[in-house]
Amino acid sequence: MLGYLARRLLYAIPILVGVNLLTFALFFVVNTPDDMARMQLGMKRVTPEAIERWKRERGYDRPVLWNGAAHGAAKATDTIFFDHSVKLFAFEFGKAESDGRDIREEICRRMGPSLAIALPVFLVGLAAYVSFALLMALFRATTLDFAGVVLCVVAMSISGMFYIIGGQYLVSKLWNLAPISGFAEGLAAWRFMLLPVAVALVAGFGESSRWYRTIFLEEMGRDYVRTARARGLSEARVMFRHVLRNALIPILTGVVVVIPSLFLGSLVMESFFGIPGLGSYTIDAINAQDFAVVRSMVFLGSVLYIVGLVLTDLSYTLVDPRIRFE
Amino acid sequence: MMPILPVILWTDALVFALLGCVAAFVWLTVSREHLRAPWRKVARSTSGMVAATVLACFVAVGLLDCLHYRKALLPEPGKAEQRWSPEVLSALDALAAPLRQRQERTFSAPFAVHGHSKESITRPDGTMAREYPRLKHGGAHLQDPARERGADIAAGASRGAAAAALAWVMLASLLTGVVAAARGSSFAAVSGAAWRGELDVPLRAVLLTAAVILLVAGPLIVLSGRYHVFGTDKVGQDVLYLTLKSIRTGLVIGTVTTLVMLPFALALGLMAGYFKGWVDDIIQYLYTTLSSIPGVLLIAAAVLMMQVYMDARPETFDSVTRRADFRLLFLCVILGVTSWTGLCRLLRGETLKLRELEFVQAARAFGLGPWRILARHVLPNVLHIVIISTVLGFSSLVLAEAVLSYVGVGVDPAMNSFGTMINAARLELAREPVVWWSLGAAFGCMLLLVLAANLFADAVRDALDPRVRADFLRASPWRQLAARTRPATKASS
Repeated sequence: MLGYLARRLLYAIPILVGVNLLTFALFFVVNTPDDMARMQLGMKRVTPEAIERWKRERGYDRPVLWNGAAHGAAKATDTIFFDHSVKLFAFEFGKAESDGRDIREEICRRMGPSLAIALPVFLVGLAAYVSFALLMALFRATTLDFAGVVLCVVAMSISGMFYIIGGQYLVSKLWNLAPISGFAEGLAAWRFMLLPVAVALVAGFGESSRWYRTIFLEEMGRDYVRTARARGLSEARVMFRHVLRNALIPILTGVVVVIPSLFLGSLVMESFFGIPGLGSYTIDAINAQDFAVVRSMVFLGSVLYIVGLVLTDLSYTLVDPRIRFE
Repeated sequence: MMPILPVILWTDALVFALLGCVAAFVWLTVSREHLRAPWRKVARSTSGMVAATVLACFVAVGLLDCLHYRKALLPEPGKAEQRWSPEVLSALDALAAPLRQRQERTFSAPFAVHGHSKESITRPDGTMAREYPRLKHGGAHLQDPARERGADIAAGASRGAAAAALAWVMLASLLTGVVAAARGSSFAAVSGAAWRGELDVPLRAVLLTAAVILLVAGPLIVLSGRYHVFGTDKVGQDVLYLTLKSIRTGLVIGTVTTLVMLPFALALGLMAGYFKGWVDDIIQYLYTTLSSIPGVLLIAAAVLMMQVYMDARPETFDSVTRRADFRLLFLCVILGVTSWTGLCRLLRGETLKLRELEFVQAARAFGLGPWRILARHVLPNVLHIVIISTVLGFSSLVLAEAVLSYVGVGVDPAMNSFGTMINAARLELAREPVVWWSLGAAFGCMLLLVLAANLFADAVRDALDPRVRADFLRASPWRQLAARTRPATKASS
């Protein structure tokens, strides 16, 4: 088991290196730091001195890969590549380009609010969608099932933005039930969490329920279900003891991969509801064209996704006894 | 008739290339019975054909908007050379010229004759007053709007409906005639069977859908000449025009993205599955790395970098249209980069299975080279996966565009799209009284497009997915209904 885990983690390293090289190429090879400086400072009438100053303040005035002017190990470390790419592995993200704040501190501070929204959505959503899908599967091939599927298809054909806009308009503006946006410290935040969580639950309903229903239906077509029926088990017992437990394997392993990424929050939700999480941090960075923050978030996102992949492998082995560690 | 200079933008060229691919595919399919069979199944699905009818209307509007040209300018006296207007227009712009040109000053409600907010107006007698100003174009032909407007709208609507009815009769006889000719039976027999719903193709449902579309479109077209049927936005542009222009953007993103990523996904997926070994390792590493970067973040990073690139080269991207078009193309490419990994993984898995099958082994035993085996024997057997994932991916790409435009990494702000429409309109809900029509138009149009795409995709998947359906669905009297709406399976979604 431990050896298996170690091998999976080792396999993650080259992928992280690849992500790192890719982002580096994207940010520093496609465009020179001069181009970025000109973009940040405004296109017209930028003096070369202003560009030099901008680059010096952010450490972009050094050689990209190899600093021939430095001595000893600094030849390799006193470069853009080392400072802005290699250091990401130690989660040293440096300072934001727009306001000069430390990115790592900011990320730690903003993880909480992101998680406060994403975690309830994840847990309640999983329970609700699985129950609804199970209900549809129970009444499979009847009008009820048909209506449920139609509901799902229509729900998933509506852009998520409309759920947010509609929710804010109806619940907050017309009915005055919850604050339209904002966030508070500590437990007082619950009032601000209600609407985003509810909207996210409704927005995710169609696609997930439909997918879970398919899993249930696929599972119900298997031979062991026929055997269970042939033994005279009641429909409820077949569904809950056999189908549900087996269908949970693909469902669980399918959702485990997103658990670490819950920290990142949702870009659109957080910016619409004014939640000071990582999603709105990213959006602000995109709008301010803060390349350092976007670069850090790309790396962090990949790390979390890869952690999710490792967890998925683990969860497979935990919930499905048929799988052996090779 | 003024001379025009045809302009082919990059995305136009790709759309035409895509049309060429579709035409080639249709030509290939029509002549082979085993390829035709699944599509016949699609043609028999009611929801699929209704969705296809709706989609056809969207595609028609989108294609009209792909035929770009520049108008000729009047030659300066003394100079012989022909000069062209810098403005790039499309065939849709030409058809909807009244919509494009009749711009108001600011917001106005659908069918309004007065502006949405009060303004200070100098009366003819010189006094100042705060009142709702008359619109420059909307209902400008009415003398006494309060009394005449209702009757005028009703008259226009009935004229449009009459024209629509005429168009429907022509369409219905054309379609019935085609079906009758194809089966060698008489026109009367086919139309009777269609009306009673006894035909195996859902002709009745298609014609009913067409009737609904025509009955909505006819009055809208007639009335849009005199009113702003969907209202106007903040700068006074007709919302109907903006909605029509947004359709092309959505369609381009939904289809060109697939066209861009298809060669990579196909080549790499087939190679990884067929050659195995180190080729497989490298390709797997490549797509695991790419797919481990969260899609939105990768797109955001790439689009930011592209902006820097374009800003550093102002001479290449001189006009607004060219900039917007390049950005749209780039968005398609980067969306393709983030989405090819899923298809590549599917194709690799399928090829791994296929390479062990007897017919591939026989081909190998006959001494065929690997490339020939891949092209002649493996590729045709994975095409259904490509088609299924293409049609399934379309709707999610259209939806993704709206989100990306909101985040600020979508299409150029100068380009009409559902995302930019929603973005501009969402703040206006806070206005009193509420400005709902821009949002409503974007919502309705997007829902229709995505819903039709989803239903069509389901029909195509059901027909092309070779996996046998579970037994209990076949035994049920609701089989037809349930089978038609079978949802996404894990492997194909």
